Amino acid sequence: MNTLLGTLLRILALTRKELLAVLKDRRSRMSLLIPPVVQALIFGYAATYDLNHVTYAALDQDHSAASRQLLAGLDGSGVFERVADLQRASDVKSLIDSRRALLIVQIDQQFERHLLSGQGADLQLIADGRNSNTAGTAMGYVSSIVDQFNLDWGHDHGIAPPPLHIVARAWYNPNLETRWFMIPGMIGTLTLIQTMMLTAMSVAREREQGTFDQLLVTPFRPFEIMAGKALPSMVVGTIQAGGVLLVAQLWFRIPFAGSYLTLYAGLLMFLLAAIGIGLLVSAVAATMQQAMLYSMLLIMPFSLLSGLTTPISSMPRAVQYLTAINPLRYAIDITRRVYLEGAGLDLLISDLWPLALLAAVTLSAASWMFSHRMQ
Amino acid sequence: MSLITSTSRSNAWRPKLRRIRALVLKESRQIVRDPSSIAIGVVLPLILILLFGYGLSLDVKNVPIAVVIENPTPEAVELAAGFQLSPYFKPWMTRSMPPAQQNLLEHRIDGIVRIPADLSRHLAAGDADVQLIVHGGDANRARIIEGYVQGVVGAWSARLGAQGQAGLSPPVTVQARLWFNEANDSSYFLVPGLVVLVMTLIGGLLTAMVMAREWERGTLESLFVTPVRTEEILLGKTLPYFALALFGFVLCVLSAKFLFHVPLRGSMGVLFGASMLYVLIALGIGLLISSWVKNQLVASQLTMLVTFMPAFMLSGFLFDLRSMPTVVRMITYALPARYYVALLQSVFLAGDVWSVIVPNTLALAAMAAALALGSRAMRKVLA
Repeated sequence: MNTLLGTLLRILALTRKELLAVLKDRRSRMSLLIPPVVQALIFGYAATYDLNHVTYAALDQDHSAASRQLLAGLDGSGVFERVADLQRASDVKSLIDSRRALLIVQIDQQFERHLLSGQGADLQLIADGRNSNTAGTAMGYVSSIVDQFNLDWGHDHGIAPPPLHIVARAWYNPNLETRWFMIPGMIGTLTLIQTMMLTAMSVAREREQGTFDQLLVTPFRPFEIMAGKALPSMVVGTIQAGGVLLVAQLWFRIPFAGSYLTLYAGLLMFLLAAIGIGLLVSAVAATMQQAMLYSMLLIMPFSLLSGLTTPISSMPRAVQYLTAINPLRYAIDITRRVYLEGAGLDLLISDLWPLALLAAVTLSAASWMFSHRMQ
Repeated sequence: MSLITSTSRSNAWRPKLRRIRALVLKESRQIVRDPSSIAIGVVLPLILILLFGYGLSLDVKNVPIAVVIENPTPEAVELAAGFQLSPYFKPWMTRSMPPAQQNLLEHRIDGIVRIPADLSRHLAAGDADVQLIVHGGDANRARIIEGYVQGVVGAWSARLGAQGQAGLSPPVTVQARLWFNEANDSSYFLVPGLVVLVMTLIGGLLTAMVMAREWERGTLESLFVTPVRTEEILLGKTLPYFALALFGFVLCVLSAKFLFHVPLRGSMGVLFGASMLYVLIALGIGLLISSWVKNQLVASQLTMLVTFMPAFMLSGFLFDLRSMPTVVRMITYALPARYYVALLQSVFLAGDVWSVIVPNTLALAAMAAALALGSRAMRKVLA
């Protein structure tokens, strides 16, 4: 009992010392607390695939009531801004090339005549494919405006609406806003960077400054040193995650559907795994710079292959298997599902056990390496 | 008289060059010997190239969906078959809604297409509905899936129309063409974006960290007391990293062309010139940050924050700049990555479009000039 208490006290003492080392300096204090919140704010606005401003140019060769009605539908949508009215098809190239217009809407001379004769008319759409995802989204918007035009036209001219239509509904994100998807995903991403680095650096710093040897001659056991190094990162990670969560709820007003307890249970598991990896890095690295570089070498693939910006299911099979060892992948899934779907722990088992396994493996490997380096 | 000054000037030049050469040599050796520099200058770019080329994709294929056929009439079965034939879907046929909903809840499928029991009767009456529920979590993907479902159902209606049921083809049909990327392959815009990230990484991050380490260890101060002048130190320190960035650039362009088959439609000269300008700026930012904070950890995080993350999120290579709110868009104007991305996307995919090249290059040149002035100020502080 006494030994247990002693262990606990020693860990707490080390944690306190560690937190002091990190927080004593105003600059490093700021560098821990401000970036996640600022990043969440800026990237929350920036990281969206939704378009609210699409520049287009009209090449209306028909000049008919019908063509004007169609273009009015685009102009009235609030998304499309007509930057030019073209007279000749030869003007199209320069407008697209110079990026002044993302789309060109071309209406042929016979547009209204074809429509009235009932044989159907074509609308030519040219998009700047330099970012094909943006272009695809914009073309989708045009299609839905054309669908509406078709309905209106059919109604006015006594054409029966198509006998089959699709009634679409999106679960968990009724207006299909990418922001709802991105910001909860950032809780894990923005936390990972500093949690992992902080852990990796704290041991490397001691080693570089020679204080690690001093720690070794204290009554601390390797396990206690490790716990003392892990706890402060845990605290910092939890606070950072809380900051991003606050931004998501208070600033972006994305409704939180789940329970905080579930979310934090998942996040703690994730932080444990991230810290385990950080400790492993610090056990391998000889200097601070190496520790930083190795963590960077891991953080980058972790965040690119996490499903934050591009879906994991679109990756090649082999890469999908690789993501199995990526803690961020599970964290993002957990935060999104708890946040948007209100998923409970029972639905998150498939994310939680890999995290637990990762944490167990990395932490025990790190502690093995520590005790072997020390003796 | 003039002869004497010119020889004395050339005399002043020669030791200067010699000193710079010695520094470059020393720094290059240090890079080659330090595994961590190799890691960030060579290994990390390679990892990024492989990840971007093979790992990342926004193309949606083989979407797992459930098709609920409540009543297997010939029409319903034929409609469902359309999903089986589509390369975009991996449908799972079922007869009732609850198991499909459970699968959607557990996110094993991305959507449910429900073909109601009374489809045939409503088709005859002309008011049939097909219900679609998509998992809206990933809104971008959900929207693409909606479009694909629309396509399958539309194709089926058109076939019905061809069989003699009139009025099924819509009045206006959209004929869309995607310029510069006809096959709609997302690696066409991801790979040029990769070049930006690699250049940022080598130029900014590596320089900031190396210089901050020198500050931390005090080795820079001991350099100052040698006859080497400040600008010679700066030049000697940055030239090797410039060369490393060049190497990364060649690596990226080669892999873009031969590994990922992204077309390079513009001229190599423009691409090279713009990239060198960008690397210069990234180097300058790295230098400024490191001499300001003089601490590896803070320098690296600050550099990540002001160069790498913005190059990823705010440069327009992934997310559309025009749709960002004004304040955020204003921030992007201050970021060199924004101009570099515009240049890269055009030079790779569209060709030498001077209306894009000229303004963006000018913006980059202005930033480089501003940084050069800034480093002048820094020199005064040091001296």
